[in-house]
Amino acid sequence: MKKKIFGLFIFVVLALFIAACSSESSGDADGKTDDAGKDNSEGGSDSKGEVEIFSWWTGAGEEDGLLALIELFEEKNPDIAIDNAAVSGGAGTNAKAVLATRMQGNDPPSTFQVHGGEELNKSWVAADKMEPLNDFYEENEWMDKFPEELIDLVSSDGNIYSIPVNIHRGNVFFYNIQVFEDNGIEVPTTMDEFFAAADKLQEAGTIPVALGDKESWTATQIFENVLLGKLGPDDYKKLFAGEIGFDDPRVAEAAEQFGKILDYVNEDHASRNWQDSAQLVANGEAAMLNMGDWAKGYFANDLDLETNVDFGYFAFPDTDGEFQVITDTFGLPKGVDNPDDVKEFLKVLASVEGQDAFNPLKGSIPARIDADPEKYDQYGKDTMEDFKNSRLVPSLAHGSAASEGFLTKANQAVNIFVTQRDVDNFIQALVSAAPEM
Amino acid sequence: MASDVQLKTKRKISKDQWTAIAFLIPSIILIIVFVYGFIGWTGYVSLSNYNSLIPDFSFAGLKNYLYLFQDFRFQADLRNTLFFTILFIGAVIVIGMGLAILIDQKLKGESIFRNIFLFPMALSFVVTGVVWQWLLNPSTGFNQFLSVFGIQPKWYTDTNILAGFEWGSIEFGLPVAIISVVIAAVWQMTGFSLAMYLAGLRGIPDELREAARMDGATEFQVYWKVVLPMLAPITISVIIIMAHISLKIFDLIYAMTGSGANFVTDVPGVYMFETTFRGNYYANGAAIAIIMLLLVAVFIVPYLWSSRKGDQ
Repeated sequence: MKKKIFGLFIFVVLALFIAACSSESSGDADGKTDDAGKDNSEGGSDSKGEVEIFSWWTGAGEEDGLLALIELFEEKNPDIAIDNAAVSGGAGTNAKAVLATRMQGNDPPSTFQVHGGEELNKSWVAADKMEPLNDFYEENEWMDKFPEELIDLVSSDGNIYSIPVNIHRGNVFFYNIQVFEDNGIEVPTTMDEFFAAADKLQEAGTIPVALGDKESWTATQIFENVLLGKLGPDDYKKLFAGEIGFDDPRVAEAAEQFGKILDYVNEDHASRNWQDSAQLVANGEAAMLNMGDWAKGYFANDLDLETNVDFGYFAFPDTDGEFQVITDTFGLPKGVDNPDDVKEFLKVLASVEGQDAFNPLKGSIPARIDADPEKYDQYGKDTMEDFKNSRLVPSLAHGSAASEGFLTKANQAVNIFVTQRDVDNFIQALVSAAPEM
Repeated sequence: MASDVQLKTKRKISKDQWTAIAFLIPSIILIIVFVYGFIGWTGYVSLSNYNSLIPDFSFAGLKNYLYLFQDFRFQADLRNTLFFTILFIGAVIVIGMGLAILIDQKLKGESIFRNIFLFPMALSFVVTGVVWQWLLNPSTGFNQFLSVFGIQPKWYTDTNILAGFEWGSIEFGLPVAIISVVIAAVWQMTGFSLAMYLAGLRGIPDELREAARMDGATEFQVYWKVVLPMLAPITISVIIIMAHISLKIFDLIYAMTGSGANFVTDVPGVYMFETTFRGNYYANGAAIAIIMLLLVAVFIVPYLWSSRKGDQ
């Protein structure tokens, strides 16, 4: 009996060994049979493959938007199955980690969410893992349906690599209308007016600016907007293209001004995330909040405030006529089994219909300029108008302006600066990280 | 005849040993591949130029390590880890032993107290982190109560460094914010050291204490001269277990405070996660992982060494 068990055990161990040693060949065999199976089913019933959509849209409005988009796609393409592979958590950090493993293991999802700009260009485009989509854009006559500066943003070396589905704006201040009225404050349009208003509020015992930098991108967002105001759109772009150095005196001036804004924030900023800081504005403890316009959805839906009654908005001082773009885009990775099916999905995503299904629910505006404004609320309509008429610049804090390596280091430098306020150190850190942009 | 018997027993033993070895082989293989193999791989990556999404395994020497040791954030991490470890282990030992001695006084309802103190251990560090994040939040937590007395500590948002002096690029000293994290960690892990000390106390025969008392020792002397020395092996175990928790801590910090303003509550684990998965600096991340491994090894290796000697 004992011997038998022992023998059996040895057999199992040997079997494991052989399986392990021959894994490569058996893997190939598996792959072949898989393909064969697929071929058969395709030939038989004319059914197509599956499109796997990889994103981090699992929050309230954004998930609804994604599901609406999927529904629209299934209506149009009943024979293509959709696999919604959303990964939640960490504002995309978890999803990006999963994506990195899959891309490096040559198992890319059919298409994936990525912020347009360097987040894609300096990563998967640089790693030669993305298909250029120029012909696809030409075929569908999209070149004049998206703003030229937006197409530039999602392009690298003259090739277009992804399709924008939505637009958020980063250079917006939200403010508590009641607090502004009580203190007799007009909406500031320049930095000087802004600081005058902030002084007035501080004297009245109200926190002028709400900040929640438990994660430092919220502070980086303020810095990039100050930078945009100081440099203007052209030089702002040149800065991130490496044509202007971070040792430019205007960058130091921007850092000084950024530090000055930080003098007006709530003391417990390090313990809050952006939603917690938005609550300060909502309940009137603080007056203003610089946040991407997803904050509008938070004020309106989660905190039940009315737009233009309870809270208002204005462009970040000195950046009127400029639009800090945060855009989610989808591209086509190399090595996908059924690129034609994926392109069908991208077509729906890029269509007016698709963008108008997704964006009102997500609380963003469409990336196309010919969408129907009637489907959007007042804020959406205003922003769509601004989007058409403004200069578009890529956001650093949200990955469009520079690689994620640079962003990580910039966030670290900002975190240190918020406490130490050492401009020289800050500039030095940015200069030494600049080669990784 | 005698040699025959010996031969038989010898053969029998070796067959048993073969069985044992055969049963061990699968787990040994798995551990070699998935533990030591990947440690080796991490070490290899940490010496490479793999600092973007494009794999680049060219040899970089100690470049990544040098970068880290010059980096403000990593220096701050090491400082924080040092103070966190000292305070955390110290508090867990003192409070755990104190509570164990109190519970050991043959009081009624002992098991109720034991369970109350042990219960936080059933929670994950993430839960502890979220709870204490709100308790020690300067605008919502204990401060609501403390404001009655006019005290408003800033807890984990405090950026002061006690007894700080310039060292490298950081201010070296005790970061006040880390104390908040220590409180949360101690709240969670003290039950464990209490249980270990309680077991240790139960292992000390009553006769020994009786004998000491007969010899005229005061109650304090009984504990100081007799009980405590006999608890020394327990203390060593507690130190080793707590040290490897505190040196690798990630989830508590991540859930509770994040990196903190000016990195006052940052630790190597959080830095590794961010630099690897947000910044795609794989080689830097691997270097941090190896440094963490070495730090833990400082505690574990001597322990393994001494227990190996014990076996012999």
